[in-house]
Amino acid sequence: MPRFLVVVTLLSALSAAPAYADKRGDARQQVEFGIAVAQKGLWREAIFRWLRATELDPTYAQAFNNLAIAYEHEGELVKAREAYEKALRLEPNNPLIKQNHDLFKEINDRTGRKDGR
Amino acid sequence: MIAPGARTVGSFALIAILSGCTTPFLDIPIETPIQPKLDVRPFSRVFVAGFVSAGTDDVDGNLETVRLLRSQLRNKGTLRVIDADALALSDLAGDGGAAPATAAAEVSDEMAFAAYEKVFADKEYWKKVGEEMQQPLIVTGTILFRPQQRSGFVQRERETFDALGRRVVQPERTYMERKGFILRPSFVFIDGRTGETLHTETFREEILYNSNQTTPPLSSFFELMDRLLPSFLNTLSAQKVRGSRTLLK
Repeated sequence: MPRFLVVVTLLSALSAAPAYADKRGDARQQVEFGIAVAQKGLWREAIFRWLRATELDPTYAQAFNNLAIAYEHEGELVKAREAYEKALRLEPNNPLIKQNHDLFKEINDRTGRKDGR
Repeated sequence: MIAPGARTVGSFALIAILSGCTTPFLDIPIETPIQPKLDVRPFSRVFVAGFVSAGTDDVDGNLETVRLLRSQLRNKGTLRVIDADALALSDLAGDGGAAPATAAAEVSDEMAFAAYEKVFADKEYWKKVGEEMQQPLIVTGTILFRPQQRSGFVQRERETFDALGRRVVQPERTYMERKGFILRPSFVFIDGRTGETLHTETFREEILYNSNQTTPPLSSFFELMDRLLPSFLNTLSAQKVRGSRTLLK
């Protein structure tokens, strides 16, 4: 009986792993497409792609980081702050996200706390 | 001797590594638009009226600030800048309440201009000024620019070379006598149609040099003003802040 339980557990874990990997894979594709269009200056399209990535995989800190940058570029500072905070909650020790967030805070503070606070 | 199978596996691994491990981050330039703090749509003109200045006789804080702000607003603002003589606001406080320029250095920053609060709150006066100038947005306020002297321990980096000629940089705490300036401007934005204060913004910047370094006060004044000008301009017009961020994969 215990052996049966172990087998069932292993099988369920194995079947769940590809599903997770698929979601992350799909999200990664959206992120990479977003980066490509952002490089061409198409920031609204990038926002659409990175939003899609965060919907596909809500644990994808990098997608939230990119989304925050795009919102910053578009002057939507409240949304940018929320996205940075989400990215930092997911990966609190990521130095690149921290650095982006620090630079954002500098600008956000300059706006006289009228936006983004 | 490597087995053929192992070689194939190795090649596949290398391809996988090269294709999968492209740089996981990318620096990208961005421009963040910052909305103006004040809605200036009702105005087509701006009048930098003049400032009450105090702190040092070496720099005429009133005239220098008027000149600087007018030129910045002309180049980077959206409103037409009115060229008229700056007002002598120091005379307005009257009633013995005025703080002479040199005495202000001796009182605290906050106390220096207390006597002038009533000048900026005098709606009738500013409404009259507005009528004369065709109801512009009026910029006025106070400018405190005073010397400061500070001594204490500061951390510096000391560069040395070891026996092998390698450069070594070490932090070092040294006692230093320093002098410099404090600039504390307070900008008051007044509606020329009603005389009401729309917005007030206060800044504080300071600079310190080695005591043996001689820097002209006027050059320090402009250096400090330069730091706060973007914020001042952002009160009246949208600004774009350029920077770069790191996109992640």
